[in-house]
Amino acid sequence: MEHIELFFKSIFIDNMIFATFLGMCSYLAVSKKVATAVGLGAAVIFVLAITVPLNWLLDVYLLKDGALTWLGPEYAQYDLSFLSFIMFIATIATMVQLVEIVVEKFAPALYNSLGIFLPLIAVNCAILGGSLFMQSREIQTLGLAFNYGVSSGIGWFLAILAIAAIREKIRYSNVPGPLRGLGITFIITGLMAIGFMSFGGMLTGGDEEEATEKTAVIEQIEIKNDAIEIAKNETEITE
Amino acid sequence: MGLLSKKDAKLITDPLADNNPITIQVLGICSALAVTAELKPSIVMAISVMFVLAMGSTVISLIRNIIPSKIRIIVQLVIAAALVIIVDQILKAFAYELSKQLSVFVGLIITNCIIMGRFEAFALANGPWKSFLDGIGNSAGYGIILIIVGFFRELLGSGSLLGYKVLGDAIEKTGVYAYGYENNGFMLLAPMALITIGIIIWVQRSRNTSLIEHN
Repeated sequence: MEHIELFFKSIFIDNMIFATFLGMCSYLAVSKKVATAVGLGAAVIFVLAITVPLNWLLDVYLLKDGALTWLGPEYAQYDLSFLSFIMFIATIATMVQLVEIVVEKFAPALYNSLGIFLPLIAVNCAILGGSLFMQSREIQTLGLAFNYGVSSGIGWFLAILAIAAIREKIRYSNVPGPLRGLGITFIITGLMAIGFMSFGGMLTGGDEEEATEKTAVIEQIEIKNDAIEIAKNETEITE
Repeated sequence: MGLLSKKDAKLITDPLADNNPITIQVLGICSALAVTAELKPSIVMAISVMFVLAMGSTVISLIRNIIPSKIRIIVQLVIAAALVIIVDQILKAFAYELSKQLSVFVGLIITNCIIMGRFEAFALANGPWKSFLDGIGNSAGYGIILIIVGFFRELLGSGSLLGYKVLGDAIEKTGVYAYGYENNGFMLLAPMALITIGIIIWVQRSRNTSLIEHN
């Protein structure tokens, strides 16, 4: 159950592009044609599926507070979490290079379709962001980490596919000159993000919290209004 | 400018407007959008990026002749990551609340396209002093957009600037709220950052028509 919940949550609610804006640079640069967008999207899913579980292992067995306990009790008080940026990015860069070599050797057809995108991906915010969110959201098991990597990759893929399709069509529309190209892409992405916000109510967990917060604010305002009225009454009485 | 030659000064002033990293070169969008709901994190983010980019460009340019070109991306990432760790630790020590608010986006400076883009396009081919200036200029251009977006989003979204309620108190109905003004809570949500940047691009390109894309 929690696998299914995480899966849909990372695709729709916490979508990498529309909720957290990760990987916007390549999203904007490579979305002019659907075919190239599909290539890059597939490569992102692939690399996220490998690096997130790998970085999860690193985080749990090396970086977390007390993660080194398996070496022996005298290592229990070490907290290496400040090294996580450099460890994560090193893992990502080496994995991307390794994947590139392996894919080139064993699956030349796949290499030709992913080809030029693989080296680009090492510097894609979505990949590092996936690992950092995995760390900050405290994902519990290796299976969930793998699920998180794949599903947030799919969310990214969906987003770039959608914007590429729209950009292919928009070429035939009469967009005002200064907005043409980059400007209109930003605004369309904003509108799509508003659309994706409507998925927010899909899973119940988060909704209840928001509801209580809102009622709390309303209660505060009501209490304040009451206080103001009482004060008014008092002034009237004294007059 | 007595200190800088004309060519050097151009390195700083160019990215501020006509070659802006965000609106023209399309670099470093991710963090520009995510941290700008309020003005204060936008300013902190701009300063952090300036530190990382200026120091990183200088270091890369100093060692540019001894980096083997095959592993240059990893070298650049490691240098950026080391500088970002310094920024992150400083923020955690002196501004803990703010570093919680920026959460993973401090870490994401490493893969901020501005950093890699300028390392790759400028620092690898130019001397340290020029690379330093280029870093300062580009991060200032980035910072300006961040601060503009943060300014409008905080002003229209929560009616305050840097936490000071400049428009009066929304609950006690003072200031402009007395005349029926309401905060537009929508400005605080993620999609409005995209639309705000879209409008900035629109304004900039209508003022300077040579930047319009033809397709």
